[in-house]
Amino acid sequence: MTDVVRVEDLRRTFRTGAIEVQAVRGVSFAVTEGAMVAIMGPSGSGKTTLMNMLGCLDRPTGGHYFLGGEDVARKGDDALARIRNRRIGFIFQSYNLLPALNALENVELPLVYRGLAAGERHLLAAQALSEVGLGRLTSFRPYELSGGQQQRVAIARALAGTPDLLLADEPTGNLDSASGEEVLDLFLELHRGGRTLIIVTHDEQVALHCERIIRLRDGEVLLDQPVDARQRRTKGDLGSRAVAP
Amino acid sequence: MSLGEGLRMAWRALAANRMRAGLTMLGIIIGVAAVIALITAGQAATSSVTSSVQALGSNLISVTPVRSAGVILYPEDARWLLEVVPQIRADAPLVEASVTASYETVSWSTTLIGTTPAALAIEGRKLAAGRFLDAQDLRLDRSVAVLGQTVAQNLFPGRNPLGQTVSVNGTEFTVVGVLQSVGGAFGANADNVIIVPISAAEWVAGTTELTGIEAEARSAAIAPLAVAQITAVLNHRFATTNAAAVISQDQILSTLSTVTATLTLMLGGIAGISLLVGGIGIMNIMLVTVSERTREIGLRKAMGASRRAILSQFLIESALLSLAGGAIGVVVGIALSLLLTHLLGAGGVSLSAVLLALGFSLLVGIVFGIWPAANASRLDPVQALYHS
Ligand SMILES: Nc1ncnc2c1ncn2[C@@H]1O[C@H](COP(=O)(O)OP(=O)(O)OP(=O)(O)O)[C@@H](O)[C@H]1O
Ligand SMILES: [Mg+2]
Repeated sequence: MTDVVRVEDLRRTFRTGAIEVQAVRGVSFAVTEGAMVAIMGPSGSGKTTLMNMLGCLDRPTGGHYFLGGEDVARKGDDALARIRNRRIGFIFQSYNLLPALNALENVELPLVYRGLAAGERHLLAAQALSEVGLGRLTSFRPYELSGGQQQRVAIARALAGTPDLLLADEPTGNLDSASGEEVLDLFLELHRGGRTLIIVTHDEQVALHCERIIRLRDGEVLLDQPVDARQRRTKGDLGSRAVAP
Repeated sequence: MSLGEGLRMAWRALAANRMRAGLTMLGIIIGVAAVIALITAGQAATSSVTSSVQALGSNLISVTPVRSAGVILYPEDARWLLEVVPQIRADAPLVEASVTASYETVSWSTTLIGTTPAALAIEGRKLAAGRFLDAQDLRLDRSVAVLGQTVAQNLFPGRNPLGQTVSVNGTEFTVVGVLQSVGGAFGANADNVIIVPISAAEWVAGTTELTGIEAEARSAAIAPLAVAQITAVLNHRFATTNAAAVISQDQILSTLSTVTATLTLMLGGIAGISLLVGGIGIMNIMLVTVSERTREIGLRKAMGASRRAILSQFLIESALLSLAGGAIGVVVGIALSLLLTHLLGAGGVSLSAVLLALGFSLLVGIVFGIWPAANASRLDPVQALYHS
């Protein structure tokens, strides 16, 4: 199988005045097409920093990042914008929907920057929204939707451009467990559909839904293991049913 | 991202903050309206001055002796000038004096002009009633007067002055004619005159010295030559280099139009400054907008918006803001211009002023939008996205 992502000795050092913070210090791993990987680690271990580099929002200060075999670590702003637009779907903890736009328009956003005509955009966005089960809420504004629904709109937005790689930074962090399970179910479905997913999480239960867990500590890979098939969850389960009386 | 898409985005962003957009536009509205109205006023002044000068007769040349050079002209010099300068067809001596004219209990300050019958044609004036001075009046030394409109209206409100007797500094004159107004708000002085035979004016003024001579060139083409010739013969006769100020109507016109053009430019410039201030208002608001929408910019970048796309988004927004202000300003400016035209009795909305103001407002929006838009486009995606 081809590697969608391969990082070699990836580094990111922040400099603020005299202070230097090595947020990511020499991380190497590869993710094959269709994989579903969790990244875990304590707060400040460099998860978000790593994800931002994987998402081409940020450039590493050292090492290599091969996205679909192409080294993108030293590319210019415009090239990175193009990669973000066409090859990456990013999902944030805080959804990041634009409040002035309705669900459909939010999902259309990456397609606008791809230069698609309005008709085609509507079609693709509507498709993506029905894929996440919100086909009937296209004209709702973010404030009219629940947190879980908002995150599903954000997932639809990431899907609409049919990217090679889906990245989610604590996608369930802001959700109650029932909504979190819905989102996890959605990820499992996307995984079954052959999408490549990397999910950052603090939640062991979330990680157990993935095939593999990469554990970071102080900007380095501590452990990189497949999830035991017996422990693995194949259905969204964060214990909300168990808690119910 | 297409221009249409950018315009739609900008429109939505402005519509989401109507109050702010409206107040920001106000600066541009005032600036554009002021540019249009003031240019209209300036052009009204120009056309009014031009038309009143043109009303003086097309080939008019005025000769004013320079007294400080010891040059004094007398009525017979007008006849002499006509003989020695073949380029002029007619001329008229002028004796002017400031006087008080009265009829019954009404008094009026005005200018008495003593001249000959030729003056009417030379100045290109027309009669509203009665007749002008004629050869008999001069030969028989008649005390007759022709009134300008202003004098007629003030001394004889609602009455017919013909045949009445007016007293000018104590000397009585019978009114035989009334001149038509030369019109124009700026030409009012030419209507505040009493014209009498030259000998009578000499009597009232107590001098036979001429204030000047008005001559008519044979054609407009020959006028410059006539000016040169008059200057030459006077200089020769008085053995000096500046016997008289000899000015053709063309020269007066060009001098005046230089003055009024400068006036128009100045008025437009002053109004332009207010447009500039409006532009600074736009820049201010765009800077606020960019900093308020940092997270949105970060998200758009994360979704693949290039620097250019962000730059044009905010540039289109500021351009639209100032262009919309400009369009409203044009409407207000045209309304003001029509009002001014009505009040001044001259002018009309200038299309070039409208286009200039619109173009300038668009330019202001782009120029003052560049810095905020460039700031937005340069934001780092990660920092913008996690900006609190
Ligand atoms: N822009 C920055 N400038 C300076 N230091 C930074 C910057 N961004 C992150 N860091 C530092 O890098 C380290 C890793 O941060 P990062 O946000 O990647 O951690 P994380 O694993 O995502 O933590 P959390 O679980 O709390 O989200 C931290 O010490 C953080 O303070
Ligand atoms: Mg983080």
